[in-house]
Amino acid sequence: MGLVKYNNLSISSISDVSAIDGSMVLIKTITASSDSTIDFVDGTDDVVLDNTYPIYLFKFMSVHGSIDFRHLTFQGNVASGSGYNETMTSSTFYAQHDEAGTATALTYEADYDQAQGTAFQAIVQGAGADNDQASSGELWLFNPSSTTFVTHFFAIGNCSTDDNKIRSLHTSGYFNLTGAIDEIQFKMSGGNIDAGTFKLYGIKDS
Amino acid sequence: MAIVKLNDRGVRNVSTFGSVGAGSMVFIKKLTASTSGTLDFVDGTSDVVLDDTYKEYIFTFKDIHGSATGQFGFQGNAASGSGFNETMTTTNFRVFQNEAGTDSELAYVADEDQAQGTGLTLIAQTIDTDNDSNLVGYLHLFNPSSTTFVKHFISRIGVMKSGDSAANTFAAGYFNTTSAIDEIQFKFNSGNIDAGDICLYGIK
Repeated sequence: MGLVKYNNLSISSISDVSAIDGSMVLIKTITASSDSTIDFVDGTDDVVLDNTYPIYLFKFMSVHGSIDFRHLTFQGNVASGSGYNETMTSSTFYAQHDEAGTATALTYEADYDQAQGTAFQAIVQGAGADNDQASSGELWLFNPSSTTFVTHFFAIGNCSTDDNKIRSLHTSGYFNLTGAIDEIQFKMSGGNIDAGTFKLYGIKDS
Repeated sequence: MAIVKLNDRGVRNVSTFGSVGAGSMVFIKKLTASTSGTLDFVDGTSDVVLDDTYKEYIFTFKDIHGSATGQFGFQGNAASGSGFNETMTTTNFRVFQNEAGTDSELAYVADEDQAQGTGLTLIAQTIDTDNDSNLVGYLHLFNPSSTTFVKHFISRIGVMKSGDSAANTFAAGYFNTTSAIDEIQFKFNSGNIDAGDICLYGIK
């Protein structure tokens, strides 16, 4: 093969070079529009949620529910499993401050943790449904494809509450199983997700 | 100008594209434990970068499994220093609930912080040794190359705690030195790191 020389303009139109991408890779964005659930299912609609990445990071922004004082929640489904009902043990605590500046709190929240439960796990608590109220935060999921270890998760979910407070809920725990989790579903504890953006990223380890 | 056609190997040796964003989180190094006493990230060794190239570094922990019921922690070594024994002041609080649902807590852990200490900074609760037990999380280290300021860190570590609890530790603090920190070591205060990965990233 003969030698071909290129000048700077030869590759000036290249816009994506996967091999030199950064380590935090956007996989999928889902925009809610009066949806009852937001589902990230490996292998569906370009979603990757397998052993491609060791760590996955969901971000949710400006999530607006249709009903006052509802919680943004999530659950997983194991590969080839049926339903979002995996066993998890979790802990929750929150910090909050009201808009009037008269009340603050930092406390363990025993109403929304789980001990070997199979319910949807709250990651935002008590979001208001006023037109300007919304929730934002992130959920880390560590090595969900592992079939050796439990699968840990962390979340921080901020919301403006129905009674006009900032509440920052910190949730952590693990799916207590050694099956691979390849589906994650988000939903409100009641009503729909009227609006909001959900993003899934993969964190590379090479 | 004539059209030049490139096949999929035509630019394989190009190492940089001036206008192509490569993202701001850059993978630097992965260490995989195998019955390891310590896992060390040393600037300039084995492709590790831990200098003024980045203002922020992130370590991630995936499926760290201990050989004993120990606590996971880290220390630093200043450039040209000797030993992982820098002076640190830290905070540590934890939250957990056990699988039985009979015990839970959110509390500051005074036994696991340091006040100008030089010991191992504990960033996790005691790991269980069940086969499915592991430790995950992240540690941010800010501007370790500074020779003007102290060097801050924040971490959040999840672990299956001894006694089958889901536990998280939130640690923060600083190396109280104006020397650059260019080496970080991770280990358990008891037993080995049997398995798991620690990755180092730089944030542009």
